[in-house]
Amino acid sequence: MAERQATIASRVGLHARPASLFIDAVNRQPVEVTIAAKGSDDLDASSILSIMSLGAANGDVVTLKAEGEGAEAALEELAQLLETDLDAE
Amino acid sequence: MSNTSIPSTASAPDAPAASSDITGVGVSPGRVIGRVARMAPPVEAPDPAEKAAPGRSIDDEYARITDAAAVVQAELTARAETVSGDARDVLEATALMASDPTLAKAAKKLLDDGRSAERAVWEAGTSIAEQFAALGGYMGERAQDVYDVRARLVAALRGVSAPGLPNPGHPYVLVAVDLAPADTATLDPAQVIALVTSDGGPQSHTAILARALGIPAVVAAPQATTLVDGVEVYVDGTRGRVIPDPSDAERADADLAARQSEALVPFDGTGRLSDGHEVALLANIGGVKDAAAAVDANAQGVGLFRTEFLFLGRDTEPSVEEQVSDYRAVFAAFPGKKVVLRTLDAGADKPLAFLTNDDEPNPALGIRGYRTSLEKRQVLVNQLRAIQTAREAENADVWVMAPMIATADEAADFVGLCREAGLPTNGVMIEVPSAALTAAHIFATADFVSLGTNDLTQYTMAADRQLGSLSALNDPWQPAVLQLVQHVGQAGRAAVSTEAGAGSAPGVDGGTATASASAATGKPVGVCGEAAADPALAVVLVGLGVTTLSMTSRAIQAVSTVLRSVTLDEAQTIAAAVVAAPTAADARRIAREHLPILETLGL
Repeated sequence: MAERQATIASRVGLHARPASLFIDAVNRQPVEVTIAAKGSDDLDASSILSIMSLGAANGDVVTLKAEGEGAEAALEELAQLLETDLDAE
Repeated sequence: MSNTSIPSTASAPDAPAASSDITGVGVSPGRVIGRVARMAPPVEAPDPAEKAAPGRSIDDEYARITDAAAVVQAELTARAETVSGDARDVLEATALMASDPTLAKAAKKLLDDGRSAERAVWEAGTSIAEQFAALGGYMGERAQDVYDVRARLVAALRGVSAPGLPNPGHPYVLVAVDLAPADTATLDPAQVIALVTSDGGPQSHTAILARALGIPAVVAAPQATTLVDGVEVYVDGTRGRVIPDPSDAERADADLAARQSEALVPFDGTGRLSDGHEVALLANIGGVKDAAAAVDANAQGVGLFRTEFLFLGRDTEPSVEEQVSDYRAVFAAFPGKKVVLRTLDAGADKPLAFLTNDDEPNPALGIRGYRTSLEKRQVLVNQLRAIQTAREAENADVWVMAPMIATADEAADFVGLCREAGLPTNGVMIEVPSAALTAAHIFATADFVSLGTNDLTQYTMAADRQLGSLSALNDPWQPAVLQLVQHVGQAGRAAVSTEAGAGSAPGVDGGTATASASAATGKPVGVCGEAAADPALAVVLVGLGVTTLSMTSRAIQAVSTVLRSVTLDEAQTIAAAVVAAPTAADARRIAREHLPILETLGL
C-alpha cells in the first residue's frame, strides 16, 4: 500500500475547477486511488461528490493511498498536482 | 440616424386574428420572428413503489444507470465547451457528478429490492444532496447541483428532455409556463430573442427579465402551451400576439421593427419634455454589474439600488465592513450623481434565514421590508451605518429609502434612524395603498418618496403579482392605481421642502400648510417600479406629478424619446383623461391615441 500526503495549494480549496482537474488526473492512473482528510474515511478519489464532501480548503493536508503496480508514481503525480495552485492556471 | 427619417405610417399587421393566433399580455415591446424552443417541465419524482420492468435484472437496471450517466455527462461536457469562466467550471463539475462512482454505487445498492433505475437514482441523489445541504455554506449551495444532476439522470432514463432551458444550438423564442429567478440567471441573451409564457403576469420575473434584456415578451398566453419545438412564430411584445407560421406581411413587419429600433435616439443624459420641463431618468440596479449598464445608458443616476444581493442566500448578516465595500463600489460609479439606495427588502419572495420567518400564511402581507426592523432592529441600524460610511468615502449624492412603509409613524421612525446615522436625504417607498393615501403626513418627515408600482398594484388590486391568471388585475394601468399615484403627486407638490422652505417653521405639516406651493417648492416623487419603463405610462406618470422615473437601463432610451414628444401641459391632459378612464384597457387606449410616436417607433 503506497501512501502520500499533500497540502492543498489552490486558493479556493479542492472544489470546482481544481477538483475537476484532479479527477481527470485520477482517472488516467492505472490504479484505484483513495483520498482522506482530517481523519475522514478513505474515499474514492475519482468521485467529485466524495472529494467535495471532504471540504478540503487551501492549506489542508490530505492523504492519498493506492495499491498495485505504478501506485507510487501515481500518488507522486497526483500529490504534485494538489500542491499546485490549480485555480491560477 | 435622425429622428425625422422614421416612416410615420409604420404599423403592425392588423388583419383579423386567425384561429391559430395566440393572444396574451404584451410586457416588453418589439416584433421578431424565430423558432420555438420549449422549456422542459420539471422532472417529477418517480413513485416510491416504482419497480423495475418485468424481465429486467438488477444488472440490466444498473446498465441503464451507467448509460444514462454517460449521456448526461456528455451533454453537460458539450455545453461546458460553449461557455467560459465560472459557468464553465460549474458545468464541468456537474458533468463529473453525473457519472460519479459514489452516486452510481449508492444507486446500485438500492436496486437490490427490485426498485426501478429511476427510483434508485432519485433516492441516491436525494440522500447525497441532503447530506450536502446539512453541511451548509459552500457545500449547502452545491446541493442544488446534485438535485439538478438527479433530475437530468431521471429525464435521461425516461427518454425525455432534460429539465431547464433548452439548448437548440441557434437563437430561439423561449416558450415556458413561467420563468423562475434561477432560470433568468442562466438565460443566454445572445440565444433568446423573445419570451412567451402561458402563465406569469406583467410584473412576473419573466416580464422584468425581458425588459432588462430589451427583448419582446408576451405573458399570460394560455394557448402558448400548444406551441411545439421548431415551429416558427412571429412575436409582438407590444400587442401581446404570437402568430405561428408567419405570413409575408408579418415577416415584413419584423424587418420594419428591426429598422425602427435602430431609429431611437440615444439618451443624452438629461430627461426632459418637449417644453424643456426636466424629468430625471434614473436606473434601477442590483449591484456593480448593473451600475456599468446604467452608466453606459447615460442614466442620470440611480433611482433604485436594491441591496438584497448582499444578503440573500446567506446564513448570517454581512459585516458592516463588507457592506461598506460593496456600497462604495456602486457609489464610485456615480460621482456627483444621485444614488437612491433601498434598505434591505427581505421577506415574502425573498426570505432570509437570519431575519424573516418562513411560516407565515400570507408572506406578502407579513413581516417584510421595513417591518423586519421592528423586532430585529440592529440589521437596519448596521446597514445605515455602512451606507453612511460608504457615502462619506465617495462623491455620490446618496439618498436612502425604506421599503414596505404603511404609515406616517413608520416613515418618521425610519427617517429618525437615518438621521441618527448622519444620512442627509431620507425617504420611503410608497407601495402600500395606506401610504399613498396618507402621503401628505408621510411628507412631514420624509424628504422624498418613491412609488414602487409593482407592489402598489399588487396591494391595491389584492392580486398576487406572480399569478398569470390575475394579470388583468395586476396591471399598473388600472385606474385605481393611477388615482393613488395622482394623490401622491399632489401631496408631493404641496409638501414644504426642508431646503426650499427655510422661512417656515420646522415640523409644519406640509400637506395642508402650503397647498398652493409651486412645483419648485414641493418634494420629489419618484417611480421606481416597472411602470416607469413603459414609455406611454411614463408620460401619464409625469402628468400625474411624478418628478423622476427610474427603470431598467435598457428602457431609458425609449422613455426619453417618447417624453420629448409632449409638453407638460399635454402630459397633464393625457393623464387627466387616463386617470378618469373606467378600465385599464380604456386607460391604455386613451394614452396610445394621444401618443402617435409610439406607433412610429414600434413601441
